[in-house]
Amino acid sequence: MSELLQFLLSGVTVGAVYALVALGFTMIYNASDVVNFAQGEFVMLGGMITVFAHAAGAPLPLAALTAVVATAALGVAMNKLAIEPARGAPVVSLVIITIGASIFIRGAAQLIFGKQIHRFPAFSGEDPIRILGATILPQSLWVIGGAVVIFVGLWLFFTRTLLGRAVLATSNNRLAAQLVGINTPFVMTLSFAMSAGIGALAGVLVTPITLTAYDVGLAFALKGFAAAMLGGMGNPKGALAGGLIVGVLEAMTAGYLSSQYKDAAAFIIIFAVLFFRPQGLFGRQSTDRV
Amino acid sequence: MRNLLTTAATAALVALAVPALAEIRIGASLSATGPAAFLGDPELRTLEMLVADLNAKGGIDGEKIKLVAYDDGGDPNKARTFATRLIEDDEVVAIIGGTTTGTTMSILAVAEEAKIPFISLAGAIDIIDPVKPFTFKTPHTDRMACQKIFEDMRKRGIGRIGMISGTDGFGASMQAQCKKVAPDYGIEIVADETYDPRDADMTAQLTKIKGTAGVQAVLNPGFGQGPAIVTRNYWQLAIDLPFYQSHGVASDGFIQLAGIEAVEGVRLPGTALLVADLLAADDPQKPLVDAYKAMFESKTGTPVSTFGGYAHDAFLIMTDAITRAGSAEPAAIRDAIEATAGLAGTTGVYTFSPEDHLGLDLSAFRMLEIRGGTWTLVE
Repeated sequence: MSELLQFLLSGVTVGAVYALVALGFTMIYNASDVVNFAQGEFVMLGGMITVFAHAAGAPLPLAALTAVVATAALGVAMNKLAIEPARGAPVVSLVIITIGASIFIRGAAQLIFGKQIHRFPAFSGEDPIRILGATILPQSLWVIGGAVVIFVGLWLFFTRTLLGRAVLATSNNRLAAQLVGINTPFVMTLSFAMSAGIGALAGVLVTPITLTAYDVGLAFALKGFAAAMLGGMGNPKGALAGGLIVGVLEAMTAGYLSSQYKDAAAFIIIFAVLFFRPQGLFGRQSTDRV
Repeated sequence: MRNLLTTAATAALVALAVPALAEIRIGASLSATGPAAFLGDPELRTLEMLVADLNAKGGIDGEKIKLVAYDDGGDPNKARTFATRLIEDDEVVAIIGGTTTGTTMSILAVAEEAKIPFISLAGAIDIIDPVKPFTFKTPHTDRMACQKIFEDMRKRGIGRIGMISGTDGFGASMQAQCKKVAPDYGIEIVADETYDPRDADMTAQLTKIKGTAGVQAVLNPGFGQGPAIVTRNYWQLAIDLPFYQSHGVASDGFIQLAGIEAVEGVRLPGTALLVADLLAADDPQKPLVDAYKAMFESKTGTPVSTFGGYAHDAFLIMTDAITRAGSAEPAAIRDAIEATAGLAGTTGVYTFSPEDHLGLDLSAFRMLEIRGGTWTLVE
């Protein structure tokens, strides 16, 4: 019994990390249909900038805030310098541009921050919390809490605010959105700033658990992307559920089957789901007018 | 004006050419950038530092050493090209390098064909097993790390262990070697789990090992952040069994990453370089280790690493062999390297033979235990 609970807690810890990363994909995807492969780099920057700001003497909350703001600014710069000049290009080209941006950010991070692995202290102590013979770290609760708060925030943003609707409208049909008076360049800038900010916040929350280095972004992006696809790209609910499902599946496979098949089992389930529901668990069915 | 420039340039050329009467050219292909840069960078700095130091002292029998170093970025194809260039264009008499096993294998093929002595700085046992006439290496193998750990386990009466290994090259190779030599020490591996080096949490695997009947100790072969996370999870689950890490994490960075409370009591095999301050005054390695540590840390301002130590030892073996051979002919150097006996380096005491081109035994590893956030020697 305590074993099952431990596997579950382990899965939720990992799953919340995936969910946080997956949530970051939502904004940009909703505004432009672009899957931003530099999302993992935003997560890396969130952790790295916090590490260095903290080491330079800033208290942890201030260091974290610096990291989120700086990364959001970088997201805006990426949009202005790389995405906007290629505005007329098809989505595939834009996706490839984001891959280029991710390689660039990783290389720059290697030069600026070096190749060492870093971490900073957990927010509320390191002592594990015991629940019925199983344990979980307080930082995991921060990660789970962070994922839920961002999820609720995004959900309210997209369903309850005019700006959120404007983002969805832009993704639906940019020309029509412009015609009804939506400032689409601003929507794009906003979505990059928010995506980068969410990514950086994810990095701040997970670094005490996962540690960080200049090259962790790719692994985050891959698992987060898988989680987002499973849940349904662009849907915050899907990102949260997809992340948790992938995490728990991995932990259960490692616990009851064998850790050798951990990644394989998760991906087989993802394939199976996408085979029957290509839009993901919570994705909207898309129809194209011919 | 142009004439003046030409004259000046000619004069400069003549001035440069005169002192280069006799020099010994040693080549190096290291991964100073790229994914293995944390290995290759201290190696290159070590070689440059030692060459400058030796030349300042007058070189070998009055002949200066000229180091021709290339950065292969960890790419085996580049390493092959550079090895060919070193031999054909730069006409070196010996090569040091091959930061990784991949680049080593490329250089090895070229060096063996050209009959140029080659000392590798990479870990895999395949480099010197079977023995190739011109290839040597300085780092101990992962099989020796397994043997050292199992030896220590036997002393504590441990016979049944669980293993949790990284799936990266280092972890997978050591996992395989440990499974191979475990029966020699009467050790039974009752749980064998793995993790991806990028995983965020390994409590599931550790819970499974904890729940396996009869496990007396846990061993974690791995490299990078994986072992730090495994160690934190081990502490989180309050597993009350002896915990062993590999030489892959033998650095102060590991203690900081995993946290002082989590690493208490962790044992691992490390080199003398890591515990320079703890060595006995009559330890044969002590003078060298102290001198290298002091020189490297004052020249570069960064803490000394095991990897730079491998390059230090390769250069030491090479210059020792050239001195004894009294000649800088590749064949003479090779024979002299093979005749090296009882030469103390930072990694261990080297004794080569025609059957053994590694030259180290288990005494090269010191069994270390982390106590109160610092290293202690296990007697």
